[in-house]
Amino acid sequence: MTYTSERPPLPETSEQLRARIPGWGADLDPKDRPSVPKLQWQEDRTGAHWEFPERQPEKWPRERSIEHEFLTPVFGTSCPPAGFSGMLRKLSYRKYSEGRAAHWLLLLAADRVDAWESHIRSLLTLRPDNPITQTGVLSEFSRHGVSSRFGKKRADVKHQMLDPVIVTGPWVLVGGLVFAAIRRMLRRGGR
Amino acid sequence: MVYRGPYKVRVEEKDVPAIEHPNDAVVRVTRAAICGSDLHLYHGMMPDTRVGMTFGHEFVGVVEEVGSSVRNLARGDRVMVPFNIFCGTCWYCARGLYSNCHNVNPNATAVGGIYGYSHTCGGYDGGQAEYVRVPFADVGPAVIPGWMDDEDAVLLTDALATGYFGAQLGDIVEGDVVVVFGAGPVGLYAAKSAWLMGAGRVIVIDHLEYRLAKARTFAHAETYNFCEYDDIVMHLKKITGYLGADVAIDAAGAEADGNFVQHVTSAKLKLQGGSPVALNWAIDSVRKGGTISVMGAYGPMFSAVKFGDALNKGLTLRMNQCPVKRQWPRLFEHIRNGYLKPSDIVTHRIPLEHIAEGYHMFSAKLDGCIKPLIVAGS
Repeated sequence: MTYTSERPPLPETSEQLRARIPGWGADLDPKDRPSVPKLQWQEDRTGAHWEFPERQPEKWPRERSIEHEFLTPVFGTSCPPAGFSGMLRKLSYRKYSEGRAAHWLLLLAADRVDAWESHIRSLLTLRPDNPITQTGVLSEFSRHGVSSRFGKKRADVKHQMLDPVIVTGPWVLVGGLVFAAIRRMLRRGGR
Repeated sequence: MVYRGPYKVRVEEKDVPAIEHPNDAVVRVTRAAICGSDLHLYHGMMPDTRVGMTFGHEFVGVVEEVGSSVRNLARGDRVMVPFNIFCGTCWYCARGLYSNCHNVNPNATAVGGIYGYSHTCGGYDGGQAEYVRVPFADVGPAVIPGWMDDEDAVLLTDALATGYFGAQLGDIVEGDVVVVFGAGPVGLYAAKSAWLMGAGRVIVIDHLEYRLAKARTFAHAETYNFCEYDDIVMHLKKITGYLGADVAIDAAGAEADGNFVQHVTSAKLKLQGGSPVALNWAIDSVRKGGTISVMGAYGPMFSAVKFGDALNKGLTLRMNQCPVKRQWPRLFEHIRNGYLKPSDIVTHRIPLEHIAEGYHMFSAKLDGCIKPLIVAGS
């Protein structure tokens, strides 16, 4: 009863739960849980045998947050910034701290530019982007696309129709613009 | 696996990773998994996710090569690798905050290093591949105990450890009513772990019936499909005597459904760091003075969170990426005692070659998919 000091009754007692659920209460003592207390000194250092790690060689000017005093001793080398998206990324890292919305918005914009740069670049290779195989859309047929969704009281069905629009929309838009531009050029050339 | 832009991935030949630091190892991956938080990358929500990157922060494998300063691992060791990359000696690591290591992520100070999780998390390629570079090989990985199979081990590298950590951050005491938003792998494990910590009642909320069924059988939870209620928060209030839950765990994160506008502005238009629907429901449905544990992943951009209600209700909000390695010894015990069987939630095993279909199936929630594993080299 919420309006008095008693808490609402539970459907089962601790004894009933212990009998029903394997391991019930095995970690009952809050002080005996792995990450408690927070900030506990880790004597074993999990096997580290350095005070400060040896530094990984920097093979290109590695972008870093200006909130770091220096380049961290270890870092990933997955995809160095390149092209116009790379310029945006470098600008974001050079100029804005993580506290500035501009930092993240520039990075998100660079991601979109990167995707388009990569699509266009792929058209010049022997393995251009393939919207059928790369979106995995064929699993709609092999993994019960219809029966998984309908008659199942799912909340996402309403907005999943937006996914194809988001994936194909920019392609259709760019295709339309290219088509219009070519037609315009041909008309001018025909005059 | 290589990212090609939002909603697109493909398999490409890349160079086998090299030792780039004396404490690196190269691991040949035997099992990896797709995690719900990989979907934030796949959907283009996490800033600085670059085309060409390989995802995957849940993986186990066999050590193929070690750097000159590696002492604790040798070629041929079967290892499990926590999703956090961490040095072991910085201010944060020294105090057990492995997920907040300051020495591995030059791209940001607000998050540590994570395998295959965008350049915001350090720019490391991940384990949805045949081989992966593992930095600080003396610190992060552990040799998989002989009695544990790879499929249980791979779930300890993130999902189970994170679910358990989510329950821990709830500060559950005996008899607490715990509500978990999201019945994906982390939510299922959080619900299961809540019992280990003495919960008196565990309630799981989702909209996918097959996941709720799993929450009932695997996690012994009481379940509700929020699509069946006009107002799930009101329903939760009613069934908890108008008090609310003592602890709410957000195990949904950035992709949360349930509010069309929030979903479209975040997951679709990327105008928020994530759809805060689950977090807002947690704030609304927990009792005053209660605790919220956030295990769902969110991006660094702002999200429209109902902070005023959290303030006025006197809530404690706790959250972090899980420091995975701190959970392992206890979780090993629970598995040996038969309290947990991590691989019980695995629904699909997908060859690496078919990973694009795997991502689509997982993203669109087809075929009753709860947890897909990636089988490399098949």
